[in-house]
Amino acid sequence: MIDATAIPTLPRGVRLHFDKVRDTWVLLAPERTVTLDMIGHAILSEVDGVRSFDDITAGLAEKYQAPRDQIAKDSAAFLRTLADRRFLDLMTEVA
Amino acid sequence: MTTPPPIAMLAELTHRCPLSCPYCSNPAQMASVDAELQTDEWARVFNEAAELGVLQLHLSGGEPASRRDLVELVRAARDAGLYTNLITSGIGLTEKRLHALDAAGLDHIQLSLQGTTPEMADEIGGYKGGFDRKMMVAGWIKEIGFPLTLNAVLHRKNLHQLPRALEIAQEMGARRIEVATVQFHGWALQNRDALMPTREQAIEATRIVTEARTALKGTLVIDYVPADYHSDYPKRCMGGWGQVGLNVAPDGEVLPCHAAQSIPHLTFDNVRDKALKDIWYAGAAFDAYRGTDWMPEPCASCDRKLKDFGGCRCQAMALLGDPNATDPVCVKSPHHIDLQARADAHARSDAPLVYRPQPPKVAEPAQ
Repeated sequence: MIDATAIPTLPRGVRLHFDKVRDTWVLLAPERTVTLDMIGHAILSEVDGVRSFDDITAGLAEKYQAPRDQIAKDSAAFLRTLADRRFLDLMTEVA
Repeated sequence: MTTPPPIAMLAELTHRCPLSCPYCSNPAQMASVDAELQTDEWARVFNEAAELGVLQLHLSGGEPASRRDLVELVRAARDAGLYTNLITSGIGLTEKRLHALDAAGLDHIQLSLQGTTPEMADEIGGYKGGFDRKMMVAGWIKEIGFPLTLNAVLHRKNLHQLPRALEIAQEMGARRIEVATVQFHGWALQNRDALMPTREQAIEATRIVTEARTALKGTLVIDYVPADYHSDYPKRCMGGWGQVGLNVAPDGEVLPCHAAQSIPHLTFDNVRDKALKDIWYAGAAFDAYRGTDWMPEPCASCDRKLKDFGGCRCQAMALLGDPNATDPVCVKSPHHIDLQARADAHARSDAPLVYRPQPPKVAEPAQ
């Protein structure tokens, strides 16, 4: 799981890109490309380096009329995988 | 099987390099300086690549920083929409030049490591002061904030330095380290006696990498290229021939991999004569080993054939004189046992290093 207050951020060198040739969104990272499905793209589109994980999943639940705990669970698994590959930073506020 | 568009392009901007590493992947017959593609030619190739579907561009060499127009080339690559990665030893990069590369939009740097001490690194690179210079460059890279991958090239002489290499990667702020055991192509083929790891070293490296992957999860990503000759299954070379990537040599020759010119029967197209798209989809060299139709037994009926595509064609050529054969690294190859014995014999040798020379300035007349 991801801490509700953690702020997901795409670090320098990682960016969303629309691949015109393959007609799909991808995440470009150092020497790696991740093909995004609609859900992955929807989640990453909300990642702005400002809003917390909690804010993002609340927004997604409302936008897609889906149960919030399910959205949070799926988003956490997806973002955790990216973080383990160093394609995403999870910033926690210093108390 | 339909041919997918390529994802990655390796642009070998030049074969010039201040270092002379004995495992250099450049071909024995290097491209001369006067034959190198010009700035505007590379810019055109980058645009063609992006239109073809390439997303990742690797600027390599030789040493790409030996090109005086490197900053312009990075800008052209970013203008084309490519994710732009610089593969460098660091030699030839100044603080000022790194800032210019930053302004031009360079996305990522892969820095090579020849050893973890000045003594080791300068002996392997054949360049005195190279290690100290590299450490300065790494400091500037960190200050500017470029994402960094450290590429530690390991072999019998420096495999014991692997634990320190993992520490250096973290000190440099690298997000990823490539623990790359030398692959025996190009100049490395002439240095198998000097560089072949022992079987014990290969096993130890795998153990260290496995432990470090757990300990450093989420901090440092570790990519691992194991000692090929001591393995039981071949590498998925290039992600499959003509499936994922292509390589443009300094003179514009388009290759399915950087060692492909070692296969004598192949002929290569040049970006000066043909569109990159036509070369990728219909070039003879790409057709030669694309997919599975070319495969002999035991590959043809093997359940791993789409996993490793029969291994490395250049290795089959180098070791067996037959580029169509199953990579002898594979346990299913009749030559596997012989290869393992050869690897052990190489590892017992005390031959000196054979350094890579500089490419000629002017093309030599055709034989």
